[in-house]
Amino acid sequence: MSQKNNMEFNQLTIHELQEKLRDGSLTSVEITESVYRRIASVEEKVHSYITLMEETAIGQAREADRRIKEGNADELTGIPIALKDILCTEGVRTTCGSRILENFIPPYDATVVRKLKDAGAVFVGKTNMDEFAMGSSTETSWFGITKNPWDLERIPGGSSGGSAAAVAADECIASLGTDTGGSIRQPAALCGVVGMKPTYGRVSRFGMVAFASSLDQIGPVTKDVEDCAIMMNVISGHDTGDSTSVPAEIPDYRKFISRDIRGWTVGIPREYFVEGIDPEIKDAVDETIKILEDLGAKCIDISLPHTEYCVAVYYIIAPSEASSNLARYDGVRYGFRATGGEDLLDMYKKTRSSGFGAEVKRRIMLGTYSLSSGYYDAYYKKASQVRALIKSDFDNAFKKCDVILTPTTPTPAFRIGEKVDDPLQMYLCDIFTLSTNLAGIPGISVPCGYTRTDLPIGIQFMAKHFEEGKLLQIASAYEKNSKIERRRPEL
Amino acid sequence: MKITKKEIGHVAHLARLDFSEDEKEKFTSQINTILMYMDILNRIDTAGIQPMTHAISLNNVFRDDTEKKSIGTEIALANAPDGNMGLFGVPKVIE
Repeated sequence: MSQKNNMEFNQLTIHELQEKLRDGSLTSVEITESVYRRIASVEEKVHSYITLMEETAIGQAREADRRIKEGNADELTGIPIALKDILCTEGVRTTCGSRILENFIPPYDATVVRKLKDAGAVFVGKTNMDEFAMGSSTETSWFGITKNPWDLERIPGGSSGGSAAAVAADECIASLGTDTGGSIRQPAALCGVVGMKPTYGRVSRFGMVAFASSLDQIGPVTKDVEDCAIMMNVISGHDTGDSTSVPAEIPDYRKFISRDIRGWTVGIPREYFVEGIDPEIKDAVDETIKILEDLGAKCIDISLPHTEYCVAVYYIIAPSEASSNLARYDGVRYGFRATGGEDLLDMYKKTRSSGFGAEVKRRIMLGTYSLSSGYYDAYYKKASQVRALIKSDFDNAFKKCDVILTPTTPTPAFRIGEKVDDPLQMYLCDIFTLSTNLAGIPGISVPCGYTRTDLPIGIQFMAKHFEEGKLLQIASAYEKNSKIERRRPEL
Repeated sequence: MKITKKEIGHVAHLARLDFSEDEKEKFTSQINTILMYMDILNRIDTAGIQPMTHAISLNNVFRDDTEKKSIGTEIALANAPDGNMGLFGVPKVIE
């Protein structure tokens, strides 16, 4: 333990470390070493990572310290960041949690990875995830299960479970995840950290292994809202490598921190408070409403009438897009190839059947069926039409309110193995987070307390397209005034 | 019953997947449960509603028709399970 502070450096936030790095009271090497000391003591229990990058990280930290001395520090210079293993890293294995990419070494960096590098980040490692980001519990990874740092018998959420657990367990300072139906916000809620899914098109998807291309977005997982703003400043922006990234101006997200929310209208959709919601989560949302009202916001009842259809729509559209995206894994150009294929077709089938896990195969099957001749109109087209209705629900709601408040998840973290054999029950975990992906709007999950058994609870704010600033503003106002005791998991 | 075991076999072939009989049974039952749940969508009249395929309005993106540097054969083949002689090797394709 250092004399400089009674906290370990790895427990601090980006903005706290930035100050210490700039005033010379701390070096990036010291911070990075404290992160790996923590990993050495808890990683065996939590299993947040698939691949650690210690050697290159220490090199990056030395380089960062040199830059800081020269006065050339950037936004993230010297800060240890973890990357979900769905993001391509040049020269570093990128598995997507799958056997089929077990040995894949990308020849290029994803745009977000390059942006973090340019901003001076130190990469700690690649975090564990549900295979191809298909899951809500990080139990479908080929590389083992990640545990919730708050209770090692429970799931951390998913699919970015490794990214959320690593931040919660102080095995990094912040991380990147990806969110196709809640895969950043749900694990952030279940692990007691902050997670944001930006607007579709805000962050380049170039170099992210594709799951469902009309829904996927990359976003930050952080210890507080200000860190989320800092990460958003670095990763946002147009990129010619992703034709769906939007050439819109990026505000300085940090400016939205510590502005007040007096006079705002917060919509509470009544459809999100129906059967199945845990009473402790309901209480936490009621408490949040009181705090927002004390801050001068008006909370009103609104309706998102097509909410009950979100799960059905999502689990047609996402598997359909996945079945097409995952057609590329054929054992020819990269990745795993099964032996013993008699001819090309047989080799494809053997490779894909042993390279993909059960959940990925289930979704490929669902998607292939939804898109197949004779069923296209009944499933894919129908779902795309209802998707339009879900989006117009939000358009109408945002005429009446600035942001929408909901719980992030219907229950706290469930037990490992509890839902593994019941795919539909697993799909229903995403009930509160899917709608933002379908509509393309941004959402953020912020910690809002703990259950009686010490499991974290998260609340979600949603806003109109490209209004991430508003989310950061209300989330940070809430965070500063909620007076929630900041706890750390005991490991 | 939405989908039979035989249809599961057909969809598996379309998806270039192979299943054992046990797996086929399990998938038939699980996928039926999921498809039955999807029936709730039939409660909504969607006549005349334009399907939404993108979350935001998208335009075609063009760039100048100029040559860009490629990664080259060696790097392109580096991850191939069978990448000898500058080619991707595969089992026989034709009889």
